[in-house]
Amino acid sequence: MATIYIDNRPYEAAAGKNLLETCLGIGLDLPYFCWHPALGSVGACRQCAVKLFRDEKDDKGKLVISCMENVKDGMRVSISDKTAVAFRAQVIEWLMTNHPHDCPVCDEGGSCHLQDMTVMTGHDYRRYRYKKRTYENQNLGPFVHHEMNRCIQCYRCVRFYHDYAGGNDLGVFAAHNHVYFGRETNGVLESPFSGNLVEVCPTGVFTDKLMKDHYTRKWDLSSAPSICQHCSLGCNTFAGERYGQLRLITNRYNSEVNGYFLCDRGRFGYPFVNSDNRVTRPLVRGRTVEAVDEESLTARLGELLAGPKLIGIGSPRASMESNFALRQLVGGDNFYQGLPQDASYLAKMVTDMLATASTPSLKEIEAADAVLVLGEDIWNTAPIMALAVRQAVLRTAGEQARQPLQVPAWNDLALREAMQEKKGFLANLTVVPTPLDDLAAFALREPPDTISRLGFAVAHAIDPARPGLPEMTTAMRSVVNAIAGALRNARRPVIISGVSCYNEGIIKAAYTIAAALDAQGPKARVAYVLPECNSMGLTMMNAPPLESAMADVRSNPGSTVIILENDLYRRLSEKWVDAFLDAGKNIIVLDSMNNRTTERAHVLLPAATFAESDGTILNYEGRAQEFIQALVPPTNIRASWKWLEKMKRLRTVAGNGQEYHPDGLLRQLEATLPQFNGIARTTPPHDFRVNGQPIPREPQRYSGRTAMLADQNVAEPRPPQDLDSPLVFSMEGYPGIPPPPLIPFYWAPGWNSVQSLNKYQREPGGALREGYPGVRIAGEAGSGAAPVFTDIPEAFEPRKEKWLLLPQYHLFGSDELSIYSPGVHRLAPQPYLGLCASDANDLGLSEEDEVFLWLDGKAWAFSLTVPKGLCPGIALLPAGLPGMPVPEWGSWVKITSTEGEDADETTNGSKIF
Amino acid sequence: MEQPLTQHINLDDPPAIDAYQRVGGYAALIKTLKEHTPMDIQQQVQASELKGRGGAGFSTAQKWSFVPMGADAPHPKYLIANADEMEPGTFKDRLLLEGNPHQLLEGMILAAYAIQADIAYIFLRWAYRRAAALLRKSIDEAYHAGYLGKNILGSGWSLQLHLHTGVGRYMCGEETALLNALEGKRATPRAKPPFPAVSGLFGKPTIVNNVETLCCIPSIVNNGAAWFKGLGRGKEGGTKLYGVSGRVNRSGCWEFPMGITVRELLDHAGGMKSGYRLKGFLPGGASTDFLTEQHLDTAMDFASMAAAGSRLGTGTMVILDDATCPVGFVHNLQHFFAQESCGWCTPCREGLPWVEKILLSIERGEASAEDIELLHMHTRFLGPGHTFCALAPGAMEPLQSALRFFKDDFDQHITEKKCPYGNHLHR
Repeated sequence: MATIYIDNRPYEAAAGKNLLETCLGIGLDLPYFCWHPALGSVGACRQCAVKLFRDEKDDKGKLVISCMENVKDGMRVSISDKTAVAFRAQVIEWLMTNHPHDCPVCDEGGSCHLQDMTVMTGHDYRRYRYKKRTYENQNLGPFVHHEMNRCIQCYRCVRFYHDYAGGNDLGVFAAHNHVYFGRETNGVLESPFSGNLVEVCPTGVFTDKLMKDHYTRKWDLSSAPSICQHCSLGCNTFAGERYGQLRLITNRYNSEVNGYFLCDRGRFGYPFVNSDNRVTRPLVRGRTVEAVDEESLTARLGELLAGPKLIGIGSPRASMESNFALRQLVGGDNFYQGLPQDASYLAKMVTDMLATASTPSLKEIEAADAVLVLGEDIWNTAPIMALAVRQAVLRTAGEQARQPLQVPAWNDLALREAMQEKKGFLANLTVVPTPLDDLAAFALREPPDTISRLGFAVAHAIDPARPGLPEMTTAMRSVVNAIAGALRNARRPVIISGVSCYNEGIIKAAYTIAAALDAQGPKARVAYVLPECNSMGLTMMNAPPLESAMADVRSNPGSTVIILENDLYRRLSEKWVDAFLDAGKNIIVLDSMNNRTTERAHVLLPAATFAESDGTILNYEGRAQEFIQALVPPTNIRASWKWLEKMKRLRTVAGNGQEYHPDGLLRQLEATLPQFNGIARTTPPHDFRVNGQPIPREPQRYSGRTAMLADQNVAEPRPPQDLDSPLVFSMEGYPGIPPPPLIPFYWAPGWNSVQSLNKYQREPGGALREGYPGVRIAGEAGSGAAPVFTDIPEAFEPRKEKWLLLPQYHLFGSDELSIYSPGVHRLAPQPYLGLCASDANDLGLSEEDEVFLWLDGKAWAFSLTVPKGLCPGIALLPAGLPGMPVPEWGSWVKITSTEGEDADETTNGSKIF
Repeated sequence: MEQPLTQHINLDDPPAIDAYQRVGGYAALIKTLKEHTPMDIQQQVQASELKGRGGAGFSTAQKWSFVPMGADAPHPKYLIANADEMEPGTFKDRLLLEGNPHQLLEGMILAAYAIQADIAYIFLRWAYRRAAALLRKSIDEAYHAGYLGKNILGSGWSLQLHLHTGVGRYMCGEETALLNALEGKRATPRAKPPFPAVSGLFGKPTIVNNVETLCCIPSIVNNGAAWFKGLGRGKEGGTKLYGVSGRVNRSGCWEFPMGITVRELLDHAGGMKSGYRLKGFLPGGASTDFLTEQHLDTAMDFASMAAAGSRLGTGTMVILDDATCPVGFVHNLQHFFAQESCGWCTPCREGLPWVEKILLSIERGEASAEDIELLHMHTRFLGPGHTFCALAPGAMEPLQSALRFFKDDFDQHITEKKCPYGNHLHR
């Protein structure tokens, strides 16, 4: 620690940090633009200038740029020095010479860092009287709006987009006061992290294009802490509501998880909530389908639930509360996962691994000094993890480069020149190339079994006690040894794998490498990416897979099947699902979106989305995090767990069932399934108050409360009540900073933009003042006996006229809910079948030719693509696109160049599209 | 008068390698590689007290001394000749490049040997096409003669030398921006420290020296440090290329002992053209403070010019005569600097265009006293320490001194609401 004097007052500060972050950490207001806690310092904007004095006798001092000054013990600086104050105001005046002052029509207006800093410096009178420079804007695609005239040239956008996130299509053009930030030409921003520009930009150059469709001032949003629903990482978000619509998703800082950034699927994937395809009313299927009132619904449900047997199908996209409420309703023996056997088996294997392996948080992945990715295309299945891996690779190189030169870690400009193109260690072993390859020391394209074998060979090279491969080519051996060496020499190695290859050997190999590294003492961490937001939680409930429910339904012909937020037609083949739904006498479906499964419901209940309900989900590392209701849906829409509670009350003696809040359900979950111990601590209970006050969802600046509904009734309606969380639908309540899981927005006096986050942290870029939201309930290395795997798969051999069918995940397209976002839909690929060039050639086909995939005796026609690097013998099909067949992934399939060449099978074949 | 830099210059027929060798060219290199260690050369240059001729006047040997030497030093190390001569009014390096290219090459090879560099670059101003052609030919000749390439003259030391032509940005003359440009990045300056001598081109130890500086080295090696020091008039040794442009009878660039007076130089340029009087002058290029008649007997060396309130800069003087409007003169300079700002830091990027516009409005008679205040504010807030690099502070030097020396002219523009010199600028 160091003592520094700011305006003659002593402060304790950490030596080696920069002066700007230190001042902000102390709570002093010092304006800045180009510095960002995650991006470091470059000294470009000159906004954070202060006076630095040699010693206490020096009364003249010199102007320094605080973001470029190292904090040293005894340092004396002044923020309030007259020259420094005048210079900072002058910097604003300069920046404003060309700024259009169009705040009233700017999306950023009122929540703008440039406005805040302008006010902070006191600049208020314009002396520049010449013409302003103007620019032409670009169309950057469906997500990000561009308005270059507002630019103040802080360079943050390119530093995030290119330097931090690795995007190559946004850059700086021209020079002097005509520098331009954009693409070479109009076009969709290529980076899946482009939405962060909206938050990184300190003014209104880059704004949220989705919000333009339903714009509202950001302080007019009623917001709640939320969790992203679109992959297994559990990034923290804010969900903002106005007029009953979900209007904005922004990043919610969690030092352990997503830090400052979200991927574009997470930020722009929410429009399903406002979609026309929502289930909005309870429907009962008689001779016709009818929307029913509560009374007849209750009666109908009562009949169905009175049946001899209830069978529950859970869901990896439903909350713990809902899955558990279903389990409670139907009984543990009648609760099924809602995942097919293969996916369920692999997910179970992952949870078993995590019982004895230590799994890294995203923050820990960023801190890794060697990373091995085994089989998982994390760029598409877990984008923010890919971003974390990128930081790990760059940081490791940065550390090595900066230390001999004594460059401080925060000095991004010097750091990048010093490290140049050097990179830390990454080996990316995947089926097809991914954008992470650019960073990788080894980027190998192999079939899943070969990836698994390589993994086992690496484990053997690290620890010869592990089984190895009988023979390897020299080239292979040298790759294996290099990877093993890098991991062995690393202090914080991370292995990343997952289930998307449908290959258990990969999962075992990843675990085995970590175990081999831990032979000399624990240091390795292994992360497994799972497919959906609550895959981990659902799997930990240890229920049997979907297929097992078939036998149960068939042997209990009168049973009622209750399907929770799960479109079974995305899980198994149409043939199987049809048979299953035919077998169930009564089908009750709870879901938020209409889909093929809801079409088959005898009773369809409108389920609330994450934005309309409270719920807890477990991310890939077993971190329980709660999303809290942001908006009040129309009366008929309820959280699934509320519907299930209602059903439970109907099934037990009428009116005798206990009503639960989410925290009560979680406590009951802990009591019933001890593997969830600790989950009730995720969020303060529903009756939690600070100083007797609830937490307001609306900021102090919220406007229009009395006018919003005045067209219907001039009397201000009573605000909706929230009995399930400590938050209220009101501006009134505790005005301070609530505990981390309950923070609904960032705001501080004088800090109206997202940068007010500084005030919520212990220090800029550090933890929130009271830690981080969420509780790890799995994935911290347990004490059980570590499994030992010796079943190395056989080497992959292409087969004659058969292909191994594997899913290709697409950030935009593979996820069930985000596809309702028009932008996501636009960026999703068209259906295709991928074969390597030589296989395509053998079939006499070339790119874009029609090719036929045979599933269950039916031929499906696809357009052929020829992905670079794909190995012979493998066929790729995009996963999860609407209207695609649901094959058995990892099985061997027949592919033909014409529809009718094989007499046996064409008899059953039919072309679907 | 000895003129080691220019004695063999022939602009009509620049010496090819044979001609250069006939007059003793590459002798210093041959001697050095046979007899001297790299540290010998560093010490010799140290003893000569050679100061960088690019404008800042920093000790050349001291700059070299920051380069890590010995077996543990990072490699490759780089030696770069800064030939991006774009300072308005400055054309001295051009004379050396176009008149005797092998002298530069020999100087570079010696400097590279002194710091044990592996790769050398000449970063040449795009517009110097004649120099580019000559250098290409000369580099080929030097490779053929065995002065470049692997194992030079059997010494075991190797050097690759490449010519790189810029795209015409003044900013590239700033050594760290030059490095970025050479790496294919935007020509914005880098954070210092670390300095290029430790972490420069591609993150490796790098020395960037001016063309004239490098051309001094062969003769220092041939004749010794004491000889070099003795060439100068005063404390600062060597000869210097001096230039004069403006309304003089004979503008040009000549080699003189370091420290001749302004008056001597003006006399050599044949004095002012008839009908014109000297009003002021920039002693060392566009980014130096004006001096006036009272400074005619000041020695043109680094220390004396600093003491007089300006800088020697590049030593190429620009004359302001009594028929030229000082406001228009300075406006023209500021137009250049505003356009050449790289756009990295706010004060330079936004301040210089504002200064330019104010000067234009003064020249057009559309300004008020407040505008003069704004100019004064800019001279303070674009001064050293406020901006990221030295471009804007350099731009402010002629402005701040013009405001002082030619205050009456500025005031007259304001009160008369027109340019008293009859300038009509309509840009």
